[in-house]
Amino acid sequence: MDEPRVAMLEGNEACAHVAYRLAEVCAIYPITPSSPMAELADQWASEGRPNLFGNVPDVIEMQSEAGAAGVVHGSLQAGALTTSFTASQGLLLMIPNLYRIAGELTPAVIHVAARALATHALSIFGDHQDVMAVRSTGWALLASGSVQEAHDFAAVAHAATLEARIPFLHFFDGFRTSHEISRVTLLSDDDLRALVDDALVIAHRGRALDPDHPVIRGTAQNPDVYFQAREAVSPFYARVPAVVETAFERLAERTGRRYGLFDLFGAPEAERVIVLMGSGAETARETADWLTARGERVGVLQVRLFRPFSAERLLAALPPSVRAIAVLDRTKEPGALGEPLYTDVVTAFATSRERRARAGLVEPRIIGGRYGLASKEFTPAMVKAVFDELERPEPRSGFTVGIVDDVSGTSLEHDPGFSTEPEGVRRAVFFGLGSDGTVGANKNTIKILGEDPAIFAQGYFVYDSKKSGSQTVSHLRFGRERIRSAYLVRDAHFVGCHQFGLLERTDVLACAAPGATVLLNSPHGPETVWDELPRAVQEQLLGKRLRLFVIDAARVAREAGLAGRINTILQTCFFALSGVLPRDEAIDEIKAAIGKSYDRKGSDVVRRNFEAVDHALANLHPVELPARATSTRAPRETVPKTAPEFVRSVTAALLEGRGDALPVSAMPVDGTFPSGTARYEKRSIAAFVPLWEPDLCIQCGNCGFVCPHGVIRAKLFHADHRTSAPEGFLCAPIDIRGFPETRFALHVHADDCTGCGLCVEVCPAKSKAETRKRAINMVPKETVLEHARRSETFFETLPVTPRPRVDFSTVRGTQFLEPLFEFSGACAGCGETPYVKLVSQLFGDRLLVANATGCSSIYGGNLPTTPWTVNAEGRGPAWSNSLFEDNAEFGLGLRAAADHHHAHACAGVRRMKATLGDDLTEALLSAPQRTEAEIRAQRDRVERLRERLRGIETREARHLLAVVQHLVRRSVWIIGGDGWAYDIGAGGVDHVLASDRDVNLLVLDTEVYSNTGGQASKATPLGAVAKFASGGKRVERKDLALQAISYGHVYVARVAMGANPQQTLLALREAEAFPGPAIVLAYSHCIAHGINMQLGLDQQRRAVHSGYWPLIRYNPGLRERGENPLVLDSADPTIKLREFTDNELRFRILARTDPATAERLLAQAEKSNAQRVWLYENLAALRERE
Amino acid sequence: MDLRTRYLGLDLAHPVVASAGPLSRSLDGIRRLEDAGAAAIVLFSLFEEQIQQENEAFDHLSGFGSESFAESLSYFPAVGQDPVGPDRYLELIRRAREAVSVPVIGSLNGMTDHGWTSFARLIGEAGANAIELNVFSLPTDPATSARDVEQRTVDLVTAVRRAVEIPVSVKLSPFFSAPGELANRLVAAGADGLVLFNRFYQPDFDLDRLEVEPSLDLSRPGEIRLPLLWIALLHGRVHTSLAGTTGVESAAEVVKYVLAGADVAMTTSALLRHGVDHLQTLVAGLSEWLERHACESVAQIRGSMSLRKVANPEAFERANYVRILQSYRSPYQG
Repeated sequence: MDEPRVAMLEGNEACAHVAYRLAEVCAIYPITPSSPMAELADQWASEGRPNLFGNVPDVIEMQSEAGAAGVVHGSLQAGALTTSFTASQGLLLMIPNLYRIAGELTPAVIHVAARALATHALSIFGDHQDVMAVRSTGWALLASGSVQEAHDFAAVAHAATLEARIPFLHFFDGFRTSHEISRVTLLSDDDLRALVDDALVIAHRGRALDPDHPVIRGTAQNPDVYFQAREAVSPFYARVPAVVETAFERLAERTGRRYGLFDLFGAPEAERVIVLMGSGAETARETADWLTARGERVGVLQVRLFRPFSAERLLAALPPSVRAIAVLDRTKEPGALGEPLYTDVVTAFATSRERRARAGLVEPRIIGGRYGLASKEFTPAMVKAVFDELERPEPRSGFTVGIVDDVSGTSLEHDPGFSTEPEGVRRAVFFGLGSDGTVGANKNTIKILGEDPAIFAQGYFVYDSKKSGSQTVSHLRFGRERIRSAYLVRDAHFVGCHQFGLLERTDVLACAAPGATVLLNSPHGPETVWDELPRAVQEQLLGKRLRLFVIDAARVAREAGLAGRINTILQTCFFALSGVLPRDEAIDEIKAAIGKSYDRKGSDVVRRNFEAVDHALANLHPVELPARATSTRAPRETVPKTAPEFVRSVTAALLEGRGDALPVSAMPVDGTFPSGTARYEKRSIAAFVPLWEPDLCIQCGNCGFVCPHGVIRAKLFHADHRTSAPEGFLCAPIDIRGFPETRFALHVHADDCTGCGLCVEVCPAKSKAETRKRAINMVPKETVLEHARRSETFFETLPVTPRPRVDFSTVRGTQFLEPLFEFSGACAGCGETPYVKLVSQLFGDRLLVANATGCSSIYGGNLPTTPWTVNAEGRGPAWSNSLFEDNAEFGLGLRAAADHHHAHACAGVRRMKATLGDDLTEALLSAPQRTEAEIRAQRDRVERLRERLRGIETREARHLLAVVQHLVRRSVWIIGGDGWAYDIGAGGVDHVLASDRDVNLLVLDTEVYSNTGGQASKATPLGAVAKFASGGKRVERKDLALQAISYGHVYVARVAMGANPQQTLLALREAEAFPGPAIVLAYSHCIAHGINMQLGLDQQRRAVHSGYWPLIRYNPGLRERGENPLVLDSADPTIKLREFTDNELRFRILARTDPATAERLLAQAEKSNAQRVWLYENLAALRERE
Repeated sequence: MDLRTRYLGLDLAHPVVASAGPLSRSLDGIRRLEDAGAAAIVLFSLFEEQIQQENEAFDHLSGFGSESFAESLSYFPAVGQDPVGPDRYLELIRRAREAVSVPVIGSLNGMTDHGWTSFARLIGEAGANAIELNVFSLPTDPATSARDVEQRTVDLVTAVRRAVEIPVSVKLSPFFSAPGELANRLVAAGADGLVLFNRFYQPDFDLDRLEVEPSLDLSRPGEIRLPLLWIALLHGRVHTSLAGTTGVESAAEVVKYVLAGADVAMTTSALLRHGVDHLQTLVAGLSEWLERHACESVAQIRGSMSLRKVANPEAFERANYVRILQSYRSPYQG
C-alpha cells in the first residue's frame, strides 16, 4: 500500500473530503460555521470531481435548511446516498424531517459543525446546543474531537449508517474543530471502499421507492398500531454500538488509528474521571496525561457515540478504580436536572447499580457541569479545576467552569497560570488586521511547514466582530508530535504584532512567555521605537525579558514594489527569528512557496517578492532595551468618563478584551442591551479620511446621504456660536439667500470613519482651478485627526435642527436629520447601511425594527457595541432580531401588537372622555400624523394625557397609561437581505405582503448571502459566480417586485441610491406613508460582487443605466386617483449590460473558467434584461381600466 | 487581374488585410473575416499589461475582505483565481490556423522585456504565420528622451527577433522625430516589416463632469494622410515590408496605400462600420481601379507615387501650409 497522503486541512475540509466522495446527492444551505463544507462540495462538483462511484454528486442549494432536509429525505427515499451540512438554527429547521428519516430507518449522514443556538442572543460560535436539540429524533450522534477525527468519523458515519439503517449525525465543534488547521492523514479511495460495503449501498438503493416494485411509505396510523410500529425500530438501535465498533475496527485495520465508543485516557487506574465529548476531550486528555505523569490518578473518558447511548460500553470503559466522575456538557438545558450527557451517565450507573454491586464495584460519585458555551475557552486550567472539584469531600453538581457565576454560585475557580503546554511545541501568536493578510500568511506558513512529514502544526484564528478594520489573532503551534491543545496559545515563544497601532488597543504581550521573541512592525526604527511604546508594553518587555525586533514592513514592501503587502515580509521575519526551521532552509522554503504562488504572474512579480524576502532580513533589527520603563504617556481612555454606567463597566471591558472576566451578574438577564454604544468605540481604523472644503461645497447633502457609517454630519447654527468654536472650525454661510446669520457646518467623525471614499465619489462640486479637488477629499488621517477631535467636541454642542423645520423631501434636507444608526461595523463602503441609516433618519424616533439574521443583524446588533442609537430626547429605533427565517412574521407581530395597543389606547381615551375633556380626546383621536409638526403636536398631546392619567387612580387609567405612547404613529420596518426575502423567509414575506397591515419591508438586496461569505440566493443574477454557484448561476434572478405588484394592494419600490438618491428618498417616504404593506427593494453593492467598493455607487448607476435594475414605484394609492400605480423612474438603458457586468468579478470569473458558457449566459442575460425593461415600460404605460 | 502581393515574406492573394481589432476576438470572427475575403488576419493584440493587471485585479478582488470576519472568511468560490497567462490567446491562434487558410498574424503589446520575448515565442510556437509588435507606449514622463524611446523600441525588436523564427513586423507610433532613421534601425534590428501607424487612445474631456474620458473613435479616411506620407517616403528606401493601416474606408484608400508603396492595406474601422463583407467591396474596388487604369497587377503600381517615383517629390517634403498657400494662386492667371 502506498504511503498515506497527509495534508494541512481545516476541520470542515477534512470532513467534506470524505463526505463528498460518499455522496450522490448533497442538499446544501449556508450557515456558519458549516458553510465551507457545502461550498467545497459545490466547488468540487462544478469542477467535475467524481465521488467514490465515479459520478459527480448532485449538489443542490435549497431555500433553507428545512428545504435541504426535504431534499435529503426525498433523495434518500429514491435511493441515493445523500448528505447535508449544517449547524445551529439550520439543524433545528431540519428537525421535522430528521424524525421522518429516522422513523423510516433510512441510512443518511448529516455533518454538523456544532454551534450555539439563538436564545437570549445569537452566537455563531461552537457548542453542543444544536446537536443536543435533536437527540430525540432517532439519529445516531457521533462526535469528533479533532480535525483528524472529523475526517475519519465522516467515513465511519457513512459506513455505519448503511449497515445499521439508522441515520447518523456526525458532529464536531464549530470553529474550534471546523476552522482549526491541522495535519490530517488522508483516507484514500481504497480506504473508503474498504469501509463502505458496496452490498449495503446496493441494498439502500434496493429499498428506494420504485414504480417497478411499488410500496407506500409515510402512511397515517391510528391508535391501534402507531405505538407498536414505533417500537419496531428498537432492535436496529440496539445494534448501532456494535456496528460503529466494527466500523472503527475496520478503520483501525486500514489506518492504525484506533477509536472506541468510549475511550479512556490518562491513568489506567484513574480514580477521578471526566466524561465529555468533542474538542474539549483533547484538552482534557492533554491535561490528564500531564497530571498522570505527575502521579495523579485521573482520567478522561471521551464519548464518541452519544446516541444510541451504550451504558454497557460506558461502564466497561471506566476502570474499576473510579471513585468520582464529572460529566461535562457543552450545552445548557434550563430547568433540567442536569444536562443530557450527565443524565445519561447517571442513568447508566443507576440502571446497573445492582449488577455493579454484585461485582463488588464501588459506586462513584457523579457530578455534572457546563463548559465552553459559544466557544468559551476550555483550558487545561479549567480541566484541572474539575479534577480538583472531584477531590473535594462534597463536589458540587450543576457547576460551571470557565466563567465567574456570581449569581447562582455555580462556577469553579481555576488557576489561570496552570499550563500543560507540551515541551517541544513551538508556539506563536500574531496580531494583525484582517486587511493586512496576517491570517493568510500564517495559513501559508502552516502549509509550508506541514509539507515536512516530521512536523505537526496547528493553526487557529480569532476574528473580531467587525466587517471593517477587524483585528485578527493567529494562534500557531508546531511540534514533532500530534498537537492536542484545543485552546488558544497562552505562553507564546514568538509574538508578532503586525500593526503598531494595536499596541495601544490590545494587550499583545499578555500571551508572551518569559524570554519570548517579539516582532513588531514599526514605522519607528530600533533607536527610536522604545520612546513610542506604551508604558504597559515597556514594562512587559522588561518584566518578561522579551527580545524585541522591529522592521518597517510597509517601507520594505513599498521599496520592493509591493506596496501594502506586508505579510510576506513579516512571514519571512517569523521564519528568521522563530527557529521553527533552520533560517536558511526556512528562507528557501518561503521562496519556493512564492515561486509556486506567483509563477504564472510573471518573473517580475516573483522577483519583487524575492527582493522583499531579502530586504526583510536586511531590515530586521534587534532593539536594545533600557533598564526600566520610561514612558509617561497616559493610555487613551477606552470610553470617556461621561459614558453611561453600563458602557463604562461592561462595554469598556468588552472593548479591552476583558469580556471573559465579566461575571454573570454583569450581564442583562434577558438579552436586553442599551442602544447607542457604537459611539463610544472609537476604532480609528481609516488611514485616510474625508476633509471638507467649505469654499467649494454646494451643501447638497450627497456625501452625508451615502456615508455608510453615518460619520458625515451637517448642522445649521447661528453665527454667534462661532465665538466658542475651536480655532479652524470649518463652516460656511448657508447656501440660501435670506439667512445671513446662519452657518452651515459639515463635520467628519474621523475616528469613526472607515475611509471608504464613497463621499468623495458622490461629491458633485469640483474646484474650478484643479478639477481633481472636490468639496470633500480624502487626506491622511494623521493630518487632521487632532483638529477633527477638537471640532467634534464643539460640533456636538451645536443644536440639531428641529425635525419640523427639515425639508424631508430632498436629499439636501435630510442631511439635517440626525442618523439614529451610526458607526456600525459594516464593511467600508457598504451598500446596505446608507439605506438603513436613511430609514433611521426619517422615522427613527418612532421606529420599530424587525431585523432578519444576516449582515444587517450583525453590523446592527453584534457586541461589543451596537449602532442603533437615540436622539437627545432619548427616543430612537427599538430593534430586535428574531431569526433568519421568520423576520417578516416577527415584524408583523410587532405591528399587530402596536395596532392592538393603539386601538386599546383609542378606546381608553374614548371611554375616559368625560375625565379627559372633549378637546384633548378629540385632538388625540383625530390627530393627523403625516408631517413632523403634526407628530410633534401629537407627542405633546400624549404627554398632556400622560400627566392627566398619572393623577387618576383607576384600573382603566393605569392600563391606558401603559399604552398611551401608541397614540403616536409607529413605523414598523422589517429589514433583511435577499437571502431572507427571496429564500428562507420568502413564505413569510409573501404572507405578510398578503396582509393589510401597515408594515414596511426593506430588502437590502446584495444578490447574494453576504454575511456567510457570498453564497448564491434566488436574487443572484444569471451568469454570476458565487459560492454554491461556482459554475455560474444558470437561471435568472427572481423579480420580487413583480411578485409583490401582483397583489395589487402592496406598495412596491425598487431603488438604487447610487443611481437616483432622490428616488430612494421618495420611495422610502411613500412606503412609510402608505397605510398597507410596502416593500422596498434596495440595490446594495457588496464586497461579494468583487468590485472596488469606492466605486460601488457608480456600479449602482451602471446597474440602472443598463436596464438591469429598473427603478420603479408602484403605489396602489394612485389607482384611486385613476392613475397607473406603476411609475418607472429610470430612463431607457443608455449603456450595454456588459458595461455593468464587466466591472464585477462575480461576472468575470466565469469568463475565465468557462468562456463559452459565460458568453452564452451573457447573451441570455441581455435578452432577459431587454424583456424586463420592455415589461416595465409597458406596465408603466398602461392606463388603468375604469 | 493579378492582385497578389507579398507581405512579411507571406504570399497573399491581394493587399487587403484585417488589422488587429475586435473582429478577430473569436474563432467565428476569424472565420467570417476569411470568408469575407481578408488576405491575412492580424489577431487582436495580446496586451501583457492587461493580463498582468487582470491577474492582479482578480487576485485583489477575490481576496478583498477575506480572512477578516469569522462568518465570511472569503467571498468567492476558489475557482478561476489562478493567474492566467496568454493561454486563451495562444489557443485561439492554434484553432485559427486550423480553421482558416489565410495567414494568421499574432499581435503583441508587451510591457516587460520578459513579456515581449516570452509571449512572442509562445505566439510563434502556437503557429502564427508572423507576429506584429504593437509598440504602444506613451512617454508621459517629461524626463524620458526621444532617444531612450527609440532605443527601447530597437532593443525590443532585437530581443524578439532573437526569440522567434517567424517574421516580425513593428506597428509604429507616428510620433517620432525621425521615423525614417528609426525605420532603418528597426529593420537592421531584424524587423521584417513596418506597420504605419498605430492609433493611440486619445482621451476626451467630459465638460459636465469635468473628467477625462478615454475614448477611441473609428478611423476616418482623412487620417490616411500621415501614414500615406510616410509609406511614400520610406518605400524603396527602407528595405522591408510596409503596411498602411489607418483611414482605409474605401478601395480608394487601398489604392493610395499601394501607390505609396505599401505591400498591404489594413482596416478594422471600415469593417466595424460596414460589416466584414466590406472586405469584398475593397478588393473589388481595387480590382476595378486597376482595370479602369489599365493596370495589370498590384505589383505594377506599388510605390509608383512614392517619394522616389513621383513627379513632384517636393510635394512630400514641403510643409503643408506652404503648399496650400502656393496652390491658392493659379500659376496660369497670375
